[in-house]
Amino acid sequence: MATCSFWIDGKKYEAEEGTNLIDAAKENGVFIPSLCYFRHIDPPLGTCRTCTCKINGRNDPACTAYIHEGLQVEVNTPELVDMRKALVEMMFSEGNHFCPACEKSGNCNLQHMGYELGISVTRFPHLFKDHLIDYQPKRMIMEHNRCIKCKRCIEEVLTTDEKRVFMSLNRGNETMIGIDYEQEARLTDEQAVNAMNICPTGAIIVRGKSMAKPFGERAFDMVSAQKQFKHNILEKPNKGNFEKKTIATVSLAGCFGCHMSMLDIDEEIMDIAELVSFNKSPLTDIKNFTQRCHLGIVEGGCCNTENIETLKKFREMCDILVVMGECAVWGGLPAMRNTIPLGECLEEAYLNCVTSEQGENTVPYHEDLPKILDRIYSCNEIVKVDYMIPGCPPTATHIWKVVKSLLWGEDYSLLYSEFKYD
Amino acid sequence: MSTDVHQNFFVVDPERSQLLSALWQHQLQDRHISREAIKRLAEKYQLSEIEIEGVVSFYHFFHLKPAGKHTIYLNKSITAELKGFERIRETFERETGARLGFTDPSGTFGLFATPCIGLSDHEPAALIDFYPFTNLNALKVKDIINKLKEGNSAAEICDIPQENIRYTPANNRTIFFAPYTRGEAIAKLATLKQDGVLEQLKRSELSGRGGAFFPTWKKWDTCRSYATSPKFIICNADEGEPGTFKDRVLLSNQPGSVIEGMIAAAYTVGASYGMIYLRGEYRWLAKKLEEEIEAFHAQGLLGKSIAGIEGFDFDIRLELGAGAYVCGEETALLESMEGKRGEPRTKWFYPVEKGYLQLPTVVNNVETFAAVSRILQLGADEYLKRGIPGSPGTKLISISGDCERPGIYEIEWGLTIAELLELCGGKDPYFIQVSGPSGEPISIKEKFRRISMLDLKDQKDIRCGGSFMIFNSERDIVHILMNFSEFFKHESCGVCTPCRAGNFIIQRKLERLQNGLADMNDLKELKSWGNLMKTTSRCGLGKTATNSIIQSLEKFDDYFTGRFAKTDNSIIRKFNHQLAVADYERYKP
Repeated sequence: MATCSFWIDGKKYEAEEGTNLIDAAKENGVFIPSLCYFRHIDPPLGTCRTCTCKINGRNDPACTAYIHEGLQVEVNTPELVDMRKALVEMMFSEGNHFCPACEKSGNCNLQHMGYELGISVTRFPHLFKDHLIDYQPKRMIMEHNRCIKCKRCIEEVLTTDEKRVFMSLNRGNETMIGIDYEQEARLTDEQAVNAMNICPTGAIIVRGKSMAKPFGERAFDMVSAQKQFKHNILEKPNKGNFEKKTIATVSLAGCFGCHMSMLDIDEEIMDIAELVSFNKSPLTDIKNFTQRCHLGIVEGGCCNTENIETLKKFREMCDILVVMGECAVWGGLPAMRNTIPLGECLEEAYLNCVTSEQGENTVPYHEDLPKILDRIYSCNEIVKVDYMIPGCPPTATHIWKVVKSLLWGEDYSLLYSEFKYD
Repeated sequence: MSTDVHQNFFVVDPERSQLLSALWQHQLQDRHISREAIKRLAEKYQLSEIEIEGVVSFYHFFHLKPAGKHTIYLNKSITAELKGFERIRETFERETGARLGFTDPSGTFGLFATPCIGLSDHEPAALIDFYPFTNLNALKVKDIINKLKEGNSAAEICDIPQENIRYTPANNRTIFFAPYTRGEAIAKLATLKQDGVLEQLKRSELSGRGGAFFPTWKKWDTCRSYATSPKFIICNADEGEPGTFKDRVLLSNQPGSVIEGMIAAAYTVGASYGMIYLRGEYRWLAKKLEEEIEAFHAQGLLGKSIAGIEGFDFDIRLELGAGAYVCGEETALLESMEGKRGEPRTKWFYPVEKGYLQLPTVVNNVETFAAVSRILQLGADEYLKRGIPGSPGTKLISISGDCERPGIYEIEWGLTIAELLELCGGKDPYFIQVSGPSGEPISIKEKFRRISMLDLKDQKDIRCGGSFMIFNSERDIVHILMNFSEFFKHESCGVCTPCRAGNFIIQRKLERLQNGLADMNDLKELKSWGNLMKTTSRCGLGKTATNSIIQSLEKFDDYFTGRFAKTDNSIIRKFNHQLAVADYERYKP
């Protein structure tokens, strides 16, 4: 095959004619994000659209383009970067992705793409559609909440006599990937594990095999596919004259994990104690604001009316409002209930529960009790939030870097390992 | 669907292509596709059961659960909604005992909502056992259900819709509804030869009437250039765009001219097989079409050596869709004809090179084929006398909504919106949706724009695929857009992210608008997300789904600025507290 010249963002590169554009770019050190693209599947699927670039002047996915002489590609224009980011955000808001509770975390292409593209929150409303978790297959669990319908499994996982095991079902927003129980049972162990491995998310789980590699040692745990996250570490900031500032913190519908993480800064906490004083905060046990604060840090989303009141109070009393952790950013783990009507949750917990005593089965309701909301709301749906720190939980260094930057204008850069959390 | 006589002719069809027909048989017989049926079909075609189930669940006329001895599909398009869908639904629910989306306990009636069934000029309308029932009202519904309960069949009591051809160009200048004699266009083929046919089409500037307006001669010429055989001619009669019913009228009034156009195409490109992909909603037209095909056979105009032309063998069969808007997209249509899910293909090849069964295929719209036979019959010279320079000929437009005379209008290209509104008696027109939900909304301020194919950037003209829905100033734009968005949410094939998730997200955003929680920032986001879907979707469905939203925001500024607050910069967001605690309040002792 002949070698061809092609151009990416005005720079000339070379690759063999007929090479897939994503591969050719990668060989030349240009990162084009992709999810459904899988080298072995030919023709490529073109389903996720994450690799959308401008190819010879047209917006098209890179995975369906091949190198030929003179190919002109735009990859990193601001519009394209934002467009690709939006597509990945769309997948996060379409499915129910609770990374901290997922077996695939660290090996998940979708999660990885979230980090690479620097997604802290999706611009779209989370749809919280209820999806099935199918435990019926012999060896597999189909976690439809996590499926991005890339169709890799449909094309790639076949029984030895070439019968399909997976197939799209339904249409439109009801589309899901169905599994054939009979054919699944006929797969070899190796084929089954392969199905799990080619799934770009944790939608296909093989029982007893999903934890083969421990967290921390997984494919995307510490490595970025892009250069910018490997270098670009700013030198230690100089400690000048810092004006002392006041901070308030609170944990709403969260687990206090973010507060715990905040304390993980270890001995540096002594330095910080000199620079800031805490007003209302579980750390000081001050219950009510005694003064206006420079910065409010909120953990957790809103699950009841009390959360909403507290959050509004924080917004009123703090100059800058920062929310930290997945729960505050978009709902997080408590939002697992968002796909189920509140009535069903309450009745399951208080009325039909096996441990509830005879005659004692009532749903708690009292005028002194806060009222439970129909779903978990993210902080930004209730008040205007100035900054968001994603993560479950965010690392201590990340939180304090943000705080220092906001209060004293200190520059900071984040390492891949610092914002890779769940 | 094809009769036994012609079955042998189609020697090339693999078994899998019969899947949709087989599923139709099961659906009509058992009123659903049972597990056993799926099992049998899987064995027959050597497929896994999930693959059959994937096909079944793609089409909304195939049910996995029994859909009632009588299956009722209520049209839920925007015109039906405005003409009283809700009242009709209530009446049906009361009379049948079935709730929408289910059957009644005895399994006698199944009641389902379905997008546009191509009867927008007779709303509210419904299909019962795939026969049309039009201009429904509460009394009529009661009467229909009683008759069905007494044991009448839907076929006996249905309303065959009037054709409602309201206007044709004066002084016998009609193209589509001119007197028709079978074989007149075919008789011209032998003298014109292939080049002559292409020349006629080129001169008459005929372009694809499905809405893409690709020059017909170019498509045919390209297909002709491929040596691979056999080749196929497919008539796209999957008229799914809400508000369009021109193809219905053509197929019912002029089936011969459509078939003749297909024969001309076969002659020109050298095709041996033709198929009409008829949408499931028009099942009631199938008999008429088959009779017409039969009549062509009887006159020697189909089959071997057509019209005495040595070596010109061509046959046509009918294929039925089963309810999926996206199958109007030509590559999705090809997939569907091959017995698969109607998912559009990635555009590696055009169908003219690799179409049905990866063989050269010409796919054209019903109206295009009808126009071809008329052009051959009249001659390009005569055809060029209609319309305006650069956009000759006539166009069929289906008018529905708020006007006195809904129906089919054959207009010469170049007519203005105002003139058309005058013709149909538009009542207080305010928002006009041209070319259906995927088309373009027009404000009455633009009424002096012409309808023509000259809609290039500097021209102010507007093309029209066929649908022309009129809404008066009392109609709520957000309500209209919600209906469109609901439609696309269900009709997306679900393959690519921006269309599958995007339409769902857009709908949530429109809900916010409806609930009065939105401000200018939401409108800005709506536009930006709409553009995202436009640029990144895989096929035309996703690329055009947000057209009407984006353009409404631009053209109906007064409506939106009047209703929605300026960008809200307050630190506390709008929030419906009452609604959020309503679920919990039910547990108040």
